[in-house]
Amino acid sequence: MAMDEATSTKIVAGSTERLPLLRRINLKGLIFPLVVIVGLEFLIIATGFQRDSVARPSEIALRLLGAMADGSIFLLTSETLAAAIGGVLIGSAIGLTLGVMFGAFPPSFSALELTTEVIRPIPSVSLIPVALLVLGFGYTMEVSLIAKSTIWPVMILTHAAISGLHPRHREVTALLQLNFFSRITKVVLPSIMPSVFVGFRLSMGVALLVAITIEIVVNPRGLGHAMMVAEETLNGDLMFALLVWIGIIGVVINWGLLWLQRKLFPRSPSAGADA
Amino acid sequence: MIARIWKTTSGIIFLALLILGWQYVSDSKIVSPVYLPSPSKAFSALTTEVMQGDLSMRILRTLEHMTFGWLLASLLGIGIGTLIGISRQAREFLGPTLEFFRPLPASALFPVAIAIFGLSENMVYAVIAFGAVWPTLLATVGAYEQLSVRLLEVRQLLRMSTLDFIRKIALPFASPEILAGMRLSLTVALILSVTGEILSSSEGLGHWIMLQARSFRSDTLFAGVMLFGVIGYLSSKVLTLVERRVLKWKLKSR
Repeated sequence: MAMDEATSTKIVAGSTERLPLLRRINLKGLIFPLVVIVGLEFLIIATGFQRDSVARPSEIALRLLGAMADGSIFLLTSETLAAAIGGVLIGSAIGLTLGVMFGAFPPSFSALELTTEVIRPIPSVSLIPVALLVLGFGYTMEVSLIAKSTIWPVMILTHAAISGLHPRHREVTALLQLNFFSRITKVVLPSIMPSVFVGFRLSMGVALLVAITIEIVVNPRGLGHAMMVAEETLNGDLMFALLVWIGIIGVVINWGLLWLQRKLFPRSPSAGADA
Repeated sequence: MIARIWKTTSGIIFLALLILGWQYVSDSKIVSPVYLPSPSKAFSALTTEVMQGDLSMRILRTLEHMTFGWLLASLLGIGIGTLIGISRQAREFLGPTLEFFRPLPASALFPVAIAIFGLSENMVYAVIAFGAVWPTLLATVGAYEQLSVRLLEVRQLLRMSTLDFIRKIALPFASPEILAGMRLSLTVALILSVTGEILSSSEGLGHWIMLQARSFRSDTLFAGVMLFGVIGYLSSKVLTLVERRVLKWKLKSR
């Protein structure tokens, strides 16, 4: 079962990895978005379309530059990212611990499998009211919900990676008469790190999604909340500027982690697929 | 022998102990029952609320949002993915744009959709369709990229039309990856349905649990969260069954 999910997680992770980075940013690729942006600009000017919720691309760009110049957007970003990164670190640490435990000591997996299967499908969004009731507004609530939703990718991939370790590893540790602790730290952890990192990278995407969602729905801080306020106060240009900025953050984080993955684990098959 | 008994029973025993512990913690009021209702209370709240009829309507609404939004996103994903995947030109022109949208957290689209559609059903469906489309779309494009040269040669040899090639070779070839993508899309669709219901105060479960929290009714709130767990679990199980059925040919050929 766990292996099943690990493969499907890998398939999805793999399909995102196969799309190369800079190689794709060629001239042809830039034509389409440019045509759409310029087209929209002229369409709005030509038709004289006027609505508070819609803004011309040039207005959006100006607004984004303005928000960058006065630094307000960076403050909002730091609020969102602090929650996302804090949550993903806690969640991944729990996931890694569980995954290593399941892999190194299989009876623990049979004992806990059902419980994780019961908890995992609960969408984090539906826990927002619970977190609100127990923890109130603020970082604690946001971070704990993000942590809950980022446990699973690392847990599943770690477990699968340990179960898939070559028997030779076991023989070597037996030959060297390593104890349980040094077996984990010296042999198991180094060989599963590439898989763990893939899980972490997937989790980071989830963390950003959950953070923005919580901010849009309830939590009065960060980029999500700022977008919601911009919408409610009919600042269409600011709303779209924030949307574009959130998109840029998503791309940059994804790129950064892929780059890091290739630097750290150049020899692992999933990392170097299109290098 | 002991290992086998452990394997089959330990999971249930652990879960039972956990629930018993939870019951003890809330009965002895270590944690205030305002925050943590006992499992027995939450469960009885669940049964009475479902029996009263109002809740089952809300469950149906949420399932409706999730299912139709997901189907819409899947069809769009497979359709656009096929167009892009089959033509190298389209891939080169549209690839980078898709790359920009994929990591975009889908819920960031809610403010935009609310500005355009208002707090309506269409708003929820628009965000689900846009947000849940990416896993399926990118899985489809990714699968087509792996079409082997041999299959393209078969196409030339049989002089198949593009439509026949897609229907008879490309889609079946891509189906395992498409289904993996659709599974992820379903999770996204459920999350976005709940979020959309909370934001638009529509009749679904999402809005209902928010109301329970606002009126400090923790037993019905936990009942609602349990229901979401059940919905998430069952929908993924149904998809696994469908996947087995659809991919039977693939499993056999291995």
